[in-house]
Amino acid sequence: MEFSRRETLGMALGAAVMTVLPLRVSASTEDRIAEFTGGADMADTGVELTAPEIAENGNTVPIEVSAPGATAIMVLATGNPTPGVATFNFGPLAGSQSAATRIRLAGTQDVVAIAKLADGSFAKASASVKVTIGGCGG
Amino acid sequence: MASGVKPRVKVPKKATAGEAITIKTLISHQMESGQRKDKEGNLIPRSIINRFTCEFNGQLVVDVTIEPAVSTNPYFQFEAIVPEAGDFAFTWYDDDGSVYETSKSIAIA
Repeated sequence: MEFSRRETLGMALGAAVMTVLPLRVSASTEDRIAEFTGGADMADTGVELTAPEIAENGNTVPIEVSAPGATAIMVLATGNPTPGVATFNFGPLAGSQSAATRIRLAGTQDVVAIAKLADGSFAKASASVKVTIGGCGG
Repeated sequence: MASGVKPRVKVPKKATAGEAITIKTLISHQMESGQRKDKEGNLIPRSIINRFTCEFNGQLVVDVTIEPAVSTNPYFQFEAIVPEAGDFAFTWYDDDGSVYETSKSIAIA
């Protein structure tokens, strides 16, 4: 099988677009994480994110976050038009640093939870959710 | 566009002092994300509840910053410590400036 000059160029262009696109999508997610953590490193343990593996309806996906001793937990949906979902700030009377809610997901994507722990360090957890019907209209 | 907003809160009536209780809250609100389009193809402007707080006798339990990715009729479940008898105050802040409030009292068993 031989490639013409035109085909080769086309494939190269396609490959370039493929590599650039995912970066574009996650750029704002990176911004949000940097804003929350101030660029600090994140540990892999210390926060737990519970989300379904498959969500039939992206309009209402139940999730649960928990991070013992955390002062705040931020939840991001990396594949949504705007990645922010919610930020939980826990006060002195919080019984446990956990919360459950229902969120919208535009499509199959990773949901990320980042916890700010009491000692000022950060922890991150992510879960991949397959969405059958997206939840952002359009 | 914030019509028919009705907060619903589930708090146990009694607890032992220092016990962590589970609180469930739900408020009926359409949570228009600002991403959807109407029949003419115009964007429907965003109209959501952007903040929810729960306090017990003036002390913070949880303060949630809400963004458009939270579902219609936002639901939250969390835990709170009850050091003494008193009142839980729940407050929701709408994009249009409205504030929805409700409270529940709890007794020490």
